[in-house]
Amino acid sequence: MRHRQPDLAAVYIYDHIDQNLVDERVTQFRDQTRRFLAGKLTEDEFKPLRLRNGLYIQRYAPMLRVAIPYGMLSSAQLRMLAHIARRYDKGYGHFSTRQNLQFNWPKLEQVPEILAQLATVQMHAIQTSGNCVRNITTDHFAGVAPDEIVSPLVWSEIVRQWSTFHPEFNYLPRKFKIAVNGSVEDRAATLVHDIGIHALRADDGSVGFRILAGGGLGRTPIIGHVIREFLPWQHLLTYLEAVLRIYNRYGRRDNIYKARIKILVKELTPEVFRQQVEAEWAQVKDGPATLTEAEVARVESRFTRPAYATLPRDDAGHDLALASVPGFANWAKRNVRAHRVAGYAAVTLSLKKTGVPPGDATAEQMDAVADLADRYSFGELRVSHEQNLVFADVRRSDLLSLWQQLRKLGFATPNIGLLTNIISCPGGDFCSLANAKSIPVAEAIQRRFDDLDYLHDIGELDLNISGCMNACGHHHVGHIGILGVDKNGAEWYQIEIGGRQGEHAALGRVIGPSFAQTEVPDVIEKLIDVYLAHRDSEAERFVDTVARIGIEPFKERVYAQHHRQWHGHGGQLVAG
Amino acid sequence: MPSIIANGTVTADNWSRVDAAQLNRAPGELPAGDLLVPLALWEEKRTLLLARQHAGRLGLLLEGDDDPTAIAADLRNFALVAVDFPKAGDGRGYSTGRLLRERLGYRGELRATGDIGRDHLFALAQCGFDSFALAGNPADSELAAALHSLNDFSDAYQSTVAQPLPLYRRRIYAHTA
Repeated sequence: MRHRQPDLAAVYIYDHIDQNLVDERVTQFRDQTRRFLAGKLTEDEFKPLRLRNGLYIQRYAPMLRVAIPYGMLSSAQLRMLAHIARRYDKGYGHFSTRQNLQFNWPKLEQVPEILAQLATVQMHAIQTSGNCVRNITTDHFAGVAPDEIVSPLVWSEIVRQWSTFHPEFNYLPRKFKIAVNGSVEDRAATLVHDIGIHALRADDGSVGFRILAGGGLGRTPIIGHVIREFLPWQHLLTYLEAVLRIYNRYGRRDNIYKARIKILVKELTPEVFRQQVEAEWAQVKDGPATLTEAEVARVESRFTRPAYATLPRDDAGHDLALASVPGFANWAKRNVRAHRVAGYAAVTLSLKKTGVPPGDATAEQMDAVADLADRYSFGELRVSHEQNLVFADVRRSDLLSLWQQLRKLGFATPNIGLLTNIISCPGGDFCSLANAKSIPVAEAIQRRFDDLDYLHDIGELDLNISGCMNACGHHHVGHIGILGVDKNGAEWYQIEIGGRQGEHAALGRVIGPSFAQTEVPDVIEKLIDVYLAHRDSEAERFVDTVARIGIEPFKERVYAQHHRQWHGHGGQLVAG
Repeated sequence: MPSIIANGTVTADNWSRVDAAQLNRAPGELPAGDLLVPLALWEEKRTLLLARQHAGRLGLLLEGDDDPTAIAADLRNFALVAVDFPKAGDGRGYSTGRLLRERLGYRGELRATGDIGRDHLFALAQCGFDSFALAGNPADSELAAALHSLNDFSDAYQSTVAQPLPLYRRRIYAHTA
């Protein structure tokens, strides 16, 4: 019945079968690469094969995207990533909004060797690209959040295994992203995924899932629709199979921009789509893919378990440090979160220091973080979809010492939840899809808001930047979203406000014509001025003020003084 | 005569594909031997085709949007069902294969044809395909090399045609860790 709350779980440890499959994938890809380099596979034939292993051919070099399943990493795995960054790349990596890590400078002929090295620490790049089921993402506070109803980790792993090399769904109409959340607050952005899974409990305590389908960002942002309110846990995989089969058979393949499942759901209407899924599910329900109690218990048993000590809830030394150590309380307020186990806390390491591309980390930083994870957090860490790292299990009595270490590394910027915690794609500096650069824009904004008192006064604000409509920076759900657009070969930036993630996810609205790169920090500052002038109290966040007063006051302020200049640029309105 | 992969070996392809022009031109002079017929033609010339069954077996070719569930009752007439993959990236045929095997109970030869290469063989076999006409009519030596790809992986997590019991219903007994 799965009434029992599973033990707090962390990293899944492969058994010999999991390991064999990953090793066999390395062998397969090594042979495919050899055939390509020998001229036996054409570029067109090789492309879908390499994409399935996370290998893009980018603007300057191949880009390799390594999977970090649902964001969970061990310190040994992080050290391997550091090693690869040093040995095969230029000494750094980029943590992405899908909880993965990207290397921007590997050589094609070395990729099989990189994958072989990753396999030695139970890592891979399987299905991190291509039109298949991508890396499963979840809440970066899974297993430790006080508001958690069901730990999403075990279910994420079960879905990971089911989706890995699924023979039927290897060549879907388009990429397919699944997110799992198990808490009251939705920290996994499930409303903007192809499938969102909410783990919850029925009145009798049994586990089940609310299933959403057809959400997504990209050029047609749509909030997902609930297609099943409660799916008992045994049926998770058969139900997913039914959804994917309907999509695989009937999703559009004639137009890449209309090929995501959200378009199928929209064109059929959510209700008709739901009926088709239910009809398909009726045929596969209770079949051999039905989950068993034994399998769920087996997966649970393969997870590591933090060996928590019995500690008092409060720590006098910590309280004293909060009151007496300058800067510490600020950091603790922004970057430390409550933990379900007494005496522990979850700590976010900010990868958003001004002047550093959001999400980037050097090999030396990775090694240092791995050492700190060993010392302070049971040798484990997580990657958040906000492109930060999380130590989930830190003793409260260790927080001061950890903060001091993180400051030396540049990972203690107290900006989690604040404007400078910018989520950004790599943009035109690296990505061949991008219309515009992202990273210099992020940096210019961070510099403008470098005054910590001002930043904290502004309060919670999500700022997201995408370099093109593919929306890898999730700009549609930023309180402020910035989108790079191409206007006659020049890089321009369109600005949206009022978007939000979480259980009340909403899409932002474009405020008007786009801006030149140098204008963006001024525009952001004007938006903030309007907010500060209109907020009814310090408790009202920017996004709440936008919801209350609408976007007009913001438009007026931004374009009142901008008007003349705007006409000078030709006055085009760029369509979103 | 081009070669194909069938039942794990390289073998000659004995099937002749016919089109509407051939049937219309010489209804009585169809090629001898086994005939592979597109779905639309089967629906149109059903009586004629059934009448020549003594001369050779019948095969059905499913293309593009053809829905296998729509001809469930006819499947007993065919010794071969061939599913065309118009592009390697068009994965509808994988679902077609599973539906034919798992839902419609088709037991005859199931062939993948069109834009498929050796790197697709493992997944196709899992979805119920047991013969493969690879794109570009590769030489027998290349087909022999391609056979290795049927064993790219030693197992699979999912419930498939090749192994209906998913790994998790088998591995539970495989270790006690």
